[in-house]
Amino acid sequence: MVERSPVLTAICHLILIGGVVLVCMPLYFAFIAGSLTMDEVQQVPLPLLPGGHFIENMAAAWVKVNLGQLLINSFIVAAGITVGKITISLLSAFAITYFRFRFRLLAFWLIFMSLMLPVEVRIVPTYEAVANAALPIQWIIEALNVSALWEWVSGHRVEISLEWNMLNTYQGLILPLIASASATFLFRQFFLTVPDELLEASRLDGASAMRFFWTILLPLSRSNIIALSIILFLYGWNQYLWPLLFTTDRDMATAVIGVKHLIPRSDTEPTWNLAMSGALLTMLPPVLVVLVMQRWFVRGLVDSSK
Amino acid sequence: MVVLAHEPGLKQAHFRKVGLPALLLLPQLLILLFFFFIPSIRALAQAFLLSDPFGATVHFVWFDNFKALFDSESYRNSIWVTIWFTLAQNVVTIVIASILAFATDRVVRFQSAYKGIILLPYAIAPVVAGVLWAFMFNPSVGPVAFFIKSFGIRWDPNLNGSDAMLLVVLAASWKHICYDYIFLVAGLLAVPKSLMEAAAVDGAGPIKRFLQIAVPLLGPTLFFLMTMNFVYGFFETFAIIDAVTHGGPAGATNILVYKVYQDGFINLDLGSSAAQSVLLMTFALLLTLLQFKYIERKVNYGI
Repeated sequence: MVERSPVLTAICHLILIGGVVLVCMPLYFAFIAGSLTMDEVQQVPLPLLPGGHFIENMAAAWVKVNLGQLLINSFIVAAGITVGKITISLLSAFAITYFRFRFRLLAFWLIFMSLMLPVEVRIVPTYEAVANAALPIQWIIEALNVSALWEWVSGHRVEISLEWNMLNTYQGLILPLIASASATFLFRQFFLTVPDELLEASRLDGASAMRFFWTILLPLSRSNIIALSIILFLYGWNQYLWPLLFTTDRDMATAVIGVKHLIPRSDTEPTWNLAMSGALLTMLPPVLVVLVMQRWFVRGLVDSSK
Repeated sequence: MVVLAHEPGLKQAHFRKVGLPALLLLPQLLILLFFFFIPSIRALAQAFLLSDPFGATVHFVWFDNFKALFDSESYRNSIWVTIWFTLAQNVVTIVIASILAFATDRVVRFQSAYKGIILLPYAIAPVVAGVLWAFMFNPSVGPVAFFIKSFGIRWDPNLNGSDAMLLVVLAASWKHICYDYIFLVAGLLAVPKSLMEAAAVDGAGPIKRFLQIAVPLLGPTLFFLMTMNFVYGFFETFAIIDAVTHGGPAGATNILVYKVYQDGFINLDLGSSAAQSVLLMTFALLLTLLQFKYIERKVNYGI
């Protein structure tokens, strides 16, 4: 600090305390509401101290939307998205930085084009793609007129119809979200800073390309992978639109969708106490991740936006 | 030994193979093909087709879907709603984040505790943030709504459009302030101490130094953050809208992304929804180009 100014420092503390209050106020009210009975939560003004029904409400919310199953689904989906994105991004970054082949720049641009086009902007067609992922293959078959060819060869009429429906499956929740231009570029940028001597040395020792990748490049990327994993885990856990559309079966939904179903509507009982305890339970895993791994989280966030 | 790179982005020491890199790229490219390129092309095709909800008849209609969009009152309304929503959210977010970052830079005690708590909303899902704010401002049970009404102000986001807009702006900003905050704190750390000291010797006070030295130096970062705030407001606030207002009352918070969803999945107007998707994709591409400009300016936001 350049100069001492106790008054300004005090004001800064006040500003920051204001920020902390702003962040915590919704969480505190949620905690209070989550600890009251349905009748108590209706009274205005809301009490400023929590009641004694917190565990009870959590149990009720847990049963009402089958939250246990939904939390497991969220873990599977978030982990799947994290592992999937990192794996395919590492592999494609390795391919475009360490190999010279004819379509290298084309591959680079194909991946880059997907940057910044979130699924939200192409909801309907992507939904159709997941409802029947075999559709493009079906078109190819129709275009090639395979069934007419088969009829001509064998004399039997055959209708070829492929269907690969991914609705209400984990792969349907995970696969459309794992293509990642930004993760690919993060690893590409990092690979470009790795000294060339490492590859030259490992070549002298007779290591193959994949051996180099496994024993040298991957261990060097460890800290990048950890930082990015945290961001991707949060991204996967907090996904909303995708699970909302793809899971017509309520037991295949994720925890955040469960929270949506807990929100009282004008035509239902005003069970805000259950909604709040469900919301707190759902936010717990990602909040813990951020609290425990704060340093990595900040690094991942700044890195992944580069 | 210095050898110029033959190709951009290729390592000096590299392999010359075709099969292996193709295999390595295959998973990424297949995912992109199935869930990105084919859907995008289909959206483009559908945007020029008119079909009934059951898909029985399909006609090629040139730009009729786009024309119908811009003629429709509800779409024009949605554009204005989106502009107001993203602008308000952007200003609230960046102003509060700047003030908090300035204060964080000045304090030594408890600094990491403050940071840790202010960062928390990043971990909270937008729909959960939406639920929390919907409860606080609920006209019949919400504690903050009670507080507002105790001043004799009428408050009902279920009936009054501007109340609903204010509520979603606040909820969306609450969730996103932490993002801008992280980058600004990192940016302030990177401002050279010597500049600040020189200005202090010349008699500039802390606030003047912040506004006249730090803010201009952080210009590119601020530009980047504003772009990201727009991206967030446009595309990632879907869940907040869905949890808090459902686009209502009477379309007052019906932002474009929410309207695509409503028209495509609830009203089953595929042609119109696809045309809207195409417009949104174009807009997203424009934002990407803006980002490119930012990257070209090569700012330092090392932490």
